[in-house]
Amino acid sequence: MAALLEVNNLSISFGGLRAVDDFGISIKKGQLYGLIGPNGAGKTTVFNLLTGVYKPNEGIITLDGANITGLKTIEINKAGIARTFQNIRLFKDLTVLDNVKAGLHNHYSYSAVEGIFRMPRYFKMESAMNERAMELLKVFELDEEAGYLAANLPYGKQRKLEIARALATKPKILLLDEPAAGMNPNETIELMNTIRFVRDNFDMTILLIEHDMKLVSGICEELTVLNFGRILTQGPTSTVLSDPQVITAYLGE
Amino acid sequence: MKKYKITKNVRDNILTYGIVILAYFIIQMMIHTGKISSLMQGLLVPLCIYVILAVSLNLTVGILGELSLGHAGFMCVGAFTSAFFSKCMEDVITFGFLRFALALLIGSLSAALVGFLIGMPVLRLKGDYLAIVTLAFGEIIKNVVNVLYIGKDSSGIHFSMKDSLSLGLMEDGEVIINGAQGITGTPKDSTFTIGIVLIILTLFIVLNLIHSRDGRAIMAIRDNIIAAESIGINITKYKLMAFSISAALAGVAGVLYSHNLNSLMATPKNFGYNMSIMILVFVVLGGIGNIRGSIIAAVVLTLLPELLRGLNNYRMLIYAIVLILMMLFNWSPKLVELRKRFSPRRLLNRTREVQ
Repeated sequence: MAALLEVNNLSISFGGLRAVDDFGISIKKGQLYGLIGPNGAGKTTVFNLLTGVYKPNEGIITLDGANITGLKTIEINKAGIARTFQNIRLFKDLTVLDNVKAGLHNHYSYSAVEGIFRMPRYFKMESAMNERAMELLKVFELDEEAGYLAANLPYGKQRKLEIARALATKPKILLLDEPAAGMNPNETIELMNTIRFVRDNFDMTILLIEHDMKLVSGICEELTVLNFGRILTQGPTSTVLSDPQVITAYLGE
Repeated sequence: MKKYKITKNVRDNILTYGIVILAYFIIQMMIHTGKISSLMQGLLVPLCIYVILAVSLNLTVGILGELSLGHAGFMCVGAFTSAFFSKCMEDVITFGFLRFALALLIGSLSAALVGFLIGMPVLRLKGDYLAIVTLAFGEIIKNVVNVLYIGKDSSGIHFSMKDSLSLGLMEDGEVIINGAQGITGTPKDSTFTIGIVLIILTLFIVLNLIHSRDGRAIMAIRDNIIAAESIGINITKYKLMAFSISAALAGVAGVLYSHNLNSLMATPKNFGYNMSIMILVFVVLGGIGNIRGSIIAAVVLTLLPELLRGLNNYRMLIYAIVLILMMLFNWSPKLVELRKRFSPRRLLNRTREVQ
């Protein structure tokens, strides 16, 4: 089966620093894929390259057969890549519901004139949006907090809301940047279940960056290890984690 | 059929419209019973103008989250284009209401166009830089209008940027925009009632925009531009949309302004940066992003200097103190807490608990 996301020879330099060098990855549909490595290895830079925040110097990114290299962030999102951020980036002064509805922006459309003059299409689309957004919130057990401001949610729920918002854009692949950062062990276990649930119920492909080895070994099927911007090794999780190279570079002997 | 639920937003909006309509009827009643001095009556249309300006600037500052100091410039565009139109058409369209409606359309559209053209390069900047550049554009608009000479005769419209003589008008010609002397003899079509109708129209547009898909996108950009981009929201489009609509509504205020005066001139006082900053003061004191607050602040701060006229020398001193107090009342954390504790809603709940 052809890969959903195929990356070849991806490189970027900032001045003299080659932050990502000759990066390649191949993720099949429905896979849960992990990207790990020590701090400063270039993991988030890879995410920023995949989502168009940075333009790569070299390399090709193919999503579902289409070349998306060098496209703008919003075009890449429309093509089917959605992401969350290492430091949570919610719309803090919007309600939880509106955060998800902002994610639905490109899928339920009406013009500004229809919105301002409250034409029939406005009511039709808004109620469809509300329905869909509430469905998503229910999946993440956020439906009771729908009217809260996003800033007032507890930390773990803010993480969940960010995933819900990303899913609202109907992506083909979901990129999670350190979803378990700052979570306690119980919250991490809950998050693992949520990620599995998303994969199974939304038929989603997930690529995640994570430092929490329990989470990585618990849910990821395949791993790529980055070190100093280069790929150290990649393959099935159990093989990678027992690789002596990885243990020295990352896990410690 | 699904039952229509009145949400908090809808209730909030109804309250805002209600306050405006109530104020209108109270003032009308006072006019009829002769309780308002003629000086105050002359202040009613400017009051409407300031309210529209404050609400429209709040769209840029509060909803889009960008600081703009050129708002008076857009008002200037609306004022001059509409006054020019009305002056030209004074003999052609004698039905005042229709002429004013068309002038309104022209004034707001041309202000929106200027807002769009300025916004395109300028909105790439952020924060202080954007504020400085919009300030500059506001001044540029005012100064360009000051050297504009446009005249009309039987052979058509003549245009110059030197002086009125170089227009080369024929004997039947008439100078319409006379440089720094501006436009004189604009038909006086603005009334308090029209002002209130335009306030309601402004509120209708702004509030409905905020609570729609596009408003959500604009506020998403305000809260987190990187996240907004990552979920596929077109940043440039929505920034420009908010900025242009804001400019168009400032144009509406300009139309109201120019049709309230006999002679229209672009001076530092009415279209300069002083005006822009005064509008910003209304917005900041009323609460950034709080539409109802903008209305109240605009009304209070416009009426205050007039009400204090009797106190003569102390007038500006008291005005300044009120500014500071309002700022503290709205923003100081301790006072915000205190206000919440004594808010009517909370007191109402407490009496309910006692029962």
